[in-house]
Amino acid sequence: MPPAAGAIIVSASNSSFPAIRFSNVSRHFGEVKAVDNVSLDILDGEFFTMLGPSGSGKTTCLRLIAGFDQPTAGGIQLHGQEVIGLPPYERDVNTVFQDYALFPHMTAGENVAYGLMIKKVPKAEREKRVEEILELVRLPGFAQRKPTQLSGGQRQRVALARALINHPRVLLLDEPLGALDLKLRQQMQIELKSIQQRVGITFVFVTHDQEEALTMSDRIAVFSQGRIEQVGTPAELYEHPASAFVAGFVGVSNLVHGSVAQAITSSPTMFSIRPEKIHLADPSAPVPADSYSAEGRVREVVYLGMYTRYVVELDGGGELAVMEQNLHTTSMDVLAAQGRPVRLIWQRNHVSLIPERAN
Amino acid sequence: MRSKPANPDAAPRAPLGLRLAAIGSILFLHLPFVVILLYSFTTDEQTFTFPLPGFTIAWFGEAWNRVDLWSALGLSLRVALGATIVAIVLGTLAAAAVHNSRFFGRDTVSFLVVLPIALPGIVTGIALRSALSTMDIPFTFWTIVVGHATFCIVTVYNNVIARLRRTSGSLIEASMDLGANAFQTFRYVILPSIATALLAGGMLAFALSFDEIIVTTFTAGQQATLPIWIFSQLTKPRDRPVTNVVAVLVVLIMAIPILLANRLTEESSSHSA
Repeated sequence: MPPAAGAIIVSASNSSFPAIRFSNVSRHFGEVKAVDNVSLDILDGEFFTMLGPSGSGKTTCLRLIAGFDQPTAGGIQLHGQEVIGLPPYERDVNTVFQDYALFPHMTAGENVAYGLMIKKVPKAEREKRVEEILELVRLPGFAQRKPTQLSGGQRQRVALARALINHPRVLLLDEPLGALDLKLRQQMQIELKSIQQRVGITFVFVTHDQEEALTMSDRIAVFSQGRIEQVGTPAELYEHPASAFVAGFVGVSNLVHGSVAQAITSSPTMFSIRPEKIHLADPSAPVPADSYSAEGRVREVVYLGMYTRYVVELDGGGELAVMEQNLHTTSMDVLAAQGRPVRLIWQRNHVSLIPERAN
Repeated sequence: MRSKPANPDAAPRAPLGLRLAAIGSILFLHLPFVVILLYSFTTDEQTFTFPLPGFTIAWFGEAWNRVDLWSALGLSLRVALGATIVAIVLGTLAAAAVHNSRFFGRDTVSFLVVLPIALPGIVTGIALRSALSTMDIPFTFWTIVVGHATFCIVTVYNNVIARLRRTSGSLIEASMDLGANAFQTFRYVILPSIATALLAGGMLAFALSFDEIIVTTFTAGQQATLPIWIFSQLTKPRDRPVTNVVAVLVVLIMAIPILLANRLTEESSSHSA
C-alpha cells in the first residue's frame, strides 16, 4: 500500500525492502563507463534526486530502473525483487520523460488513459480516473486537447498524469522541468513536491540543477563520471560536502588546500567553506576562539542588490569569495571596500574537511 | 518565392518571363493528355483531324464491351495490389530495421533498397528474365508482382523511414513504460504514427506498378497487363479511339491516389512543423 501523505519516515521504516536497491551496478558502453560500480538504496516513499552534470550517469541509472537499458554488471532490486532482464512493461515503475513523449496522435485524455487502456480497464472507469488525475495535476477539462494545443507546462502535467494514473510504486522523472522557463519551473518544483507528498509514492528525480535538487529532495545522490560522490539530505550535502566535486557542484564554495590551508587551520588537509559563512571584518578585529581567520585585501566587489560578493586576496596566497547580505550597507559603502585590507573570520563548525581520495 | 532582392518592398510577384515559362512548361506537360481526351470523343476512327469531324461517346460503349480490355485491366489492378502489399510489408520492415538498429552493412542495405528505382527498367527486366529462366520458373501472376515489387518497396521504405526519423524514440519507450508489450506498442503507437506515410507510399507504389510496362514485358510472358494491352492496340489503327478512351479512364483513376497521397504527406508534414 502507498504510505499516507507526508509520512515519509514512517513509511520508510515499515517497509522491509528499499524501493530501489543498486548493488555494484555498472553500465559500460564499450570503453565508456556510463555507470561505474554504483551501490545505492532508495527508500520507499522518499523524494530522491540524482544530481550531476550531463554525462555523469544519472539518466543511465534512471533508464536502468525503468528497464530501457540493462546493466553490464551488478544487480537491481525493486521492492526486494530482482529485475535484471525484466522488460519495462513488467516493472511497477512509470516514467516522466524529458521531452514528455506524449503520443501526438492522441488527445491529452487518451494519453493519460493509455496505461489503463492497455490493462483493459473498462471505459467508464478509465474516464472517471482520467478526470480525477487531471484534477490532481490541475488540468481539469483538458482531456479533449491534442498535445500540439498545449503549452510546455501543460504537456508536462499531462505527462505526469499519464504516469501517475497507473499508481506505480516508483515514479521516475528525467529532467522533467528542463524545458520550462524559470518562473514555471519554480512553480512546478513546489507542485511536484506537494503531489509527491499527497500520493505518497517514491519519486526518483534526475536533474543537473542543484537548486532544484535542494528545493524538492528528501535525499540527493551527487553523480560524477558514472560514480556517486555523496548521498545525503540537502542540508548534509550543503553543509558537509564529502568531496571537492560536491562542494563545487552543490552551491558555491571556497576550496582551500596545501600551504594556504596549513596557514589557516595548521593542517594541509583540504577544506571547504561557503562564501556566506565568512564574515568580513577590520584587520584589527578580535578572532573568537571557535573561529578561523585569514588576512587579506579586497580585490573585487560585485554589488548584487540583496548581497555583495567580495573576492579577497589572502596575504598567505590564494583567494576567498565572501558573500555578505546588504542589511545595513548601501552600494556606496560596499564599493568603497575595494582595495581595503580586511580580516576574514568564520566559525570552525562551518568548515568541511575534505580528505584526499585514493583515486 | 521572392522577386528580385533589389526590390524587397514589392509584392512577391514573379516577373513576366518566368510566368510565361511556367505556363509553357505546364502546357508542354499536359497538352498531350488534352489531345487524348479530345480524340476519345471523335467520330473519325483512323486519323487525328482537327477540329474534330464530329462528337460521339460511342467509343466508351465499345470499350465497355471489349473483354480483352477488362481482363487486362483486372490483371493490372491485381498486380498493382499485390505489389503494393509486398512493398508495404517489406518496405516497412526494412525501414524499421534500418532505423532501429545498428548492424553490419546497414548503409548497404539502405542503398540496395533504394537502388531499383534508379536502375533502368530494362536492366531490371533483363535481370529478372534471365534469373527466372535460369531457375526454370514459369511466367505467372507472381513473376509480374515480384518484378514490380523491386521498385515499389522503395516508395514505402522512403516514406516510412522519413516518418520514423521524425518520430521521437521516447514514444516507444513511453508506451512500454506504460505497460504495453511490443505488439501493443506497434498497434497503438508506431502504426498510427506511420499510417499516413504507409498510405502515401502504398499509393505511389500502386501507381508505379499499375502503369509499368518495361519490366512487365520481361516478366509477364503471354499475360497482358493494361499497359501492354494499350501498347499492342497501337498496331490496330481502327481501334485507336478505344485506346484513347482507356487512356483517359486510366488517367482519371490514377489521379485519385496520387492526389490523395500528395494531400496526406502535405498534411502530416504541416502537422509536425
